[in-house]
Amino acid sequence: MLHALSLRLEFGRATLPSCGVALPDSFRGRPRLDPARCDQSCHECEQACPTGAIATGPLRLDLGACILCGACEQTCTTGAVVLTNDPRLAVNRREDLVLAGEDLRMATALDVESRRVFGRSLKLRQVSAGGCSGCEAELVATGNAIFDLGRFGVQFVASPRHADGLVITGPVSANMREALLETWRATPSPRLVIAVGACAISGAVFHGSPQALGIPEECPVDLYVAGCPPHPLTVLDGILRLLGKMQ
Amino acid sequence: MNGHLCAAAPADLPALRTDGDVVAVVDIPRCGPAEFHDAVVARCRSGARLGALVPLAPAEVCAVLIDDCGGRIETLALRATEGRYPSLTVELASAQALERDLYEQHGIVPEGHPWLKPLRRHADLEHPDSGIGCDPHGFFRVEGAGIHEVAVGPVHAGIIEPGHFRFQCQGETVLSLEIQLGYQHRGVEALLRSAAPARRLAVAESVAGDTAVGHALAYCCAIESLAAVEAPPAAQALRSVALEIERIANHVGDLGALAGDIGYQPGATWFGRLRGECLNLLLELSGNRFGRGLCRPGGVRTLPSAARRDGVATRLDRAERDFERIANVTFAAPTVLSRFESTGVVSREVSEALGLVGPVARASGCTRDTRSAHPRGMYRFAYVPVTVLESGDVLARALVRRMEVPRSIAFARERLAALPETAAAVDLPALRPDCLAVGLVEGWRGEILHVAVTGADGRLVAYRVIDPSLRNWFGLAIAMRGNQISDFPLCNKSFNLSYAGHDL
Repeated sequence: MLHALSLRLEFGRATLPSCGVALPDSFRGRPRLDPARCDQSCHECEQACPTGAIATGPLRLDLGACILCGACEQTCTTGAVVLTNDPRLAVNRREDLVLAGEDLRMATALDVESRRVFGRSLKLRQVSAGGCSGCEAELVATGNAIFDLGRFGVQFVASPRHADGLVITGPVSANMREALLETWRATPSPRLVIAVGACAISGAVFHGSPQALGIPEECPVDLYVAGCPPHPLTVLDGILRLLGKMQ
Repeated sequence: MNGHLCAAAPADLPALRTDGDVVAVVDIPRCGPAEFHDAVVARCRSGARLGALVPLAPAEVCAVLIDDCGGRIETLALRATEGRYPSLTVELASAQALERDLYEQHGIVPEGHPWLKPLRRHADLEHPDSGIGCDPHGFFRVEGAGIHEVAVGPVHAGIIEPGHFRFQCQGETVLSLEIQLGYQHRGVEALLRSAAPARRLAVAESVAGDTAVGHALAYCCAIESLAAVEAPPAAQALRSVALEIERIANHVGDLGALAGDIGYQPGATWFGRLRGECLNLLLELSGNRFGRGLCRPGGVRTLPSAARRDGVATRLDRAERDFERIANVTFAAPTVLSRFESTGVVSREVSEALGLVGPVARASGCTRDTRSAHPRGMYRFAYVPVTVLESGDVLARALVRRMEVPRSIAFARERLAALPETAAAVDLPALRPDCLAVGLVEGWRGEILHVAVTGADGRLVAYRVIDPSLRNWFGLAIAMRGNQISDFPLCNKSFNLSYAGHDL
């Protein structure tokens, strides 16, 4: 017991602030596009991209399909695509994930009434629908001592009946579609849907597989969190922006 | 398998070494159903293990036999012109999932299989000509006074993948547990066979997200064998470092999750935090917390600078110190020991019979570690001691992890300090046509097996992924028998198997 207490004292507080944390420069985060540098004739990046997320002529990149593997950056000889170490990758609308050189339009806050309902206490139910456990692992990490999403009143709960919304991961496998819809129907309105990870947003590497069906139309998405998997800080940033707790 | 049990391998099966060899498909001996059954059973009784059943042609299936003593793979093919053969499962319990998979994907019927239920497909499962109906929702039932049934899933409480668990209980005691998976099936093997090479690598990294390095490496090994190239020494060293850090991160995370499940909060918090630090080390080396984007066929994408390597080595030292202190406090707590001890016992006999792998098998007294039995890459030159315990309970499974972490840290540190000065990768030539190759990697959960087969034009015509979870899920079902249902979460964590890796 004494050993445990002395370790507790020594380890101290581990929790990171919710913004302004600098990740290592090796971290592959938000891509920065410079169409003026793209010579539009080589197409090397298109061929190297595993998910067809990037296109030239003109240069554009769909962050919803991008798995941030860095293959485009590595093949580009003109520096038109660079992956920065910025983890902020969450938006409100699917089309906002398509980059063509301008800054990413990051998620904005819900309307006043929704913020009144969800702003102080947001309970979420997670459904993995064909997720590989990468996104799930990072969602678990948001609850640990380092990222501590709970301090903002956001928690993952066991039952959809206790939840204010769903967090969906994975490309939505055929075998999980019905269970996902059941969970959605069991969640009382008003309710949010948060799509976490490239698979949930676009299918990513599983796009086109007959077993990967995508999020059903019945579940309108309020927040898209890009990445493969998104860093816990990416998830934190997205949810706090949605709740108007981060500008 | 243990040394003294091994008999001499029969000379007539073509074998390939596990460090880069291939076998020509034409050289694989074909035999009829009865002969195939008898040969596979005989070989598995004389020291080999059934690794995979791989389709070569519509009515041809290749058995991949793993010979741990000889460090080699043997192959033997079934020619099932009638589309059926005598089931191996009757004699070899370890074949049960492989045969169900074969039936489900290719309609080849293992006659006499005791439980021919779908493994992954729920909707499009019936093979009209097979004559065997299969219902994924018909469960094994125990009947009698005082028996009740508990159904859990597919959507569970908590952030976890989906699967269905069906318990038959008498009071608190579990008499039987049946595990029905398949909810995560997303077509991995079809994509690995048919997608463009850049996408295939990304799919391999997504077989099981917590084993991105392990599966990427198994994929690279299979492809490099087919292309007859070897990754440069620096790439091999860095791959082994990443594989060991992946092991450390997951083992530490598992210890935290075990502590959390029994309400031992200090262990849960500190191990959880340390796991995060290990993921951050992978981020330093690869740019991603799970090591995605590090491996590629032919080598690695980039090599870290000397300064970055030194930084990682220093942080590994600190992680080792912290780990020892947290582990010592945790494993000295009576509350931890009393919950872990004698819970969910898997005997060595059961482990051998079911063909369990990884820390689960090593906790039951089986000396089974691909790193020493089938060394490839850096493991040919540097040895990681195999950790084996006997008691087969939750405590043993926790202690195997606790003992493997420092050994992996020592290995990773040495490799980082002496990273060879070579290129990061070599170019990949075209794949050899009409060949079969394997990638065999000891991931943190156990043996990862990838089998790739090329056709006449050098394109992949078959690709099989055998995640350690496919072998170990049945072990969890058996471990629960006679235990209290309230100990299920703890038992489950001590196995910590992948749903996605099983379902593919």
